[in-house]
Amino acid sequence: MESAVWLRDAVCCRGGFPALAGVDLDVAEGEILLLRGPNGAGKTTLLRLLAGLATLDGGRGTVLGCDLQSDRRALRPHVGLLGHDLMLYEDLTVGENLRFFAALAGASGAEVRGALERLEVASRLHDVSLRRLSAGQRKRVATAVLALRRPRLWLLDEPHAGLDESGRGAVNRLVRDAAGSGATVVLASHEAPAAAEVATRTVHLAGGVAVSRDAEGASPPAEVPDA
Amino acid sequence: MREVLLVAAKDLRIELRSRVLLFQVAPFAVATLVLLGFALDADRSALRHFSAGLFWVAVLLTALLAAQRSVAVEHAGRAADALLLSATGPARIFAGKALALAAQLAALELLLGVAMVVLYDARIEHFGLAVASAAAATVGIAAAGTLYGVLAAPLGVRETLLPVLLLPVFAPVLIGATRAFGDALGTAAVNGWAWFGLLGLFALVYAVFGALAYGPLLEAET
Repeated sequence: MESAVWLRDAVCCRGGFPALAGVDLDVAEGEILLLRGPNGAGKTTLLRLLAGLATLDGGRGTVLGCDLQSDRRALRPHVGLLGHDLMLYEDLTVGENLRFFAALAGASGAEVRGALERLEVASRLHDVSLRRLSAGQRKRVATAVLALRRPRLWLLDEPHAGLDESGRGAVNRLVRDAAGSGATVVLASHEAPAAAEVATRTVHLAGGVAVSRDAEGASPPAEVPDA
Repeated sequence: MREVLLVAAKDLRIELRSRVLLFQVAPFAVATLVLLGFALDADRSALRHFSAGLFWVAVLLTALLAAQRSVAVEHAGRAADALLLSATGPARIFAGKALALAAQLAALELLLGVAMVVLYDARIEHFGLAVASAAAATVGIAAAGTLYGVLAAPLGVRETLLPVLLLPVFAPVLIGATRAFGDALGTAAVNGWAWFGLLGLFALVYAVFGALAYGPLLEAET
């Protein structure tokens, strides 16, 4: 199976501190990988690195065939990231946020409605400013925006945090559907029961390195750039 | 062009929704013009004589607030990351944000223009020159404000750093626009169209430089 993610000895510094201090990681296409680890283990930095938003300061890596040293910009349109910060506009309404990001992604109005229904965002909220919503409702809207982009790689940082039971179920259904359609999912979560329901494999991070991973990893991509 | 308009419309919609421009920036602009009038001791002939310079000082101080606001909407909630993850090129993001800032500045200049006529008894003698020089100055201010805004964005002290960076950059605009407006108002015996040329050059340089430099600077923000 082809690798969606391939990292060798990956180092990523944030403010001079090595948040990732030599991570080896393989994720196969269509896999749902759960990242676990204590606070400060480097999970968020790893997700931002895989999104092409953080720089690879050492080691080698490819994501969806794009080299993380030289090709980050080509990678980004194919990646969807749900972070701690929801990357939405607080002063716009739910509908305005969705329409803006849908227009950038080339998604149709039907796809917007479909994403909202799947995340169970009530239609009465469409004209409500994002800043008036609860944390859980905002998370649902941000997840709907991510789904609209139809990414090949889903990167979810604590996707279940702040969600009620039905919200967690909706996120898990979305993750399963994405993987079922060939997308790869990497999620970091402290909500072990909810995340374990969908994950096909778990990797533990501690101190900026992967401390355990399955021996059955994906094979390296056909073309691996020279160091 | 579609993505430029999308980004611009989004920024303008945020301003309409938040009403920061209406209830904070616009009153600040008028208050600046009033205070500058007080500084000249309400001498109406002096006010009229210096109205072009006072108008553009008020515009530039107001532009600092508008540029800060333009950066802040992308910084809050890391919305800039969402733009980076879209397929939209950084030059188009820059153009969209600069276009929205220019539109806001144009509205504020209209308000200040009316205030200048009412408070300073200014009279526009060459309307075409006034509009053309205001348009060129506005594009230059918006382009420079957008560019320096993203430059200061990753720094924790951007609220205080941005004015320090921008005011020296705005100096040629202040000089050129004051001279051009002085001619348009009939208060300065200069060739206003020559100063309009300087403003146009400033706008062109910052529009091109901004389109090229915005991407690397936005990357640095991540």
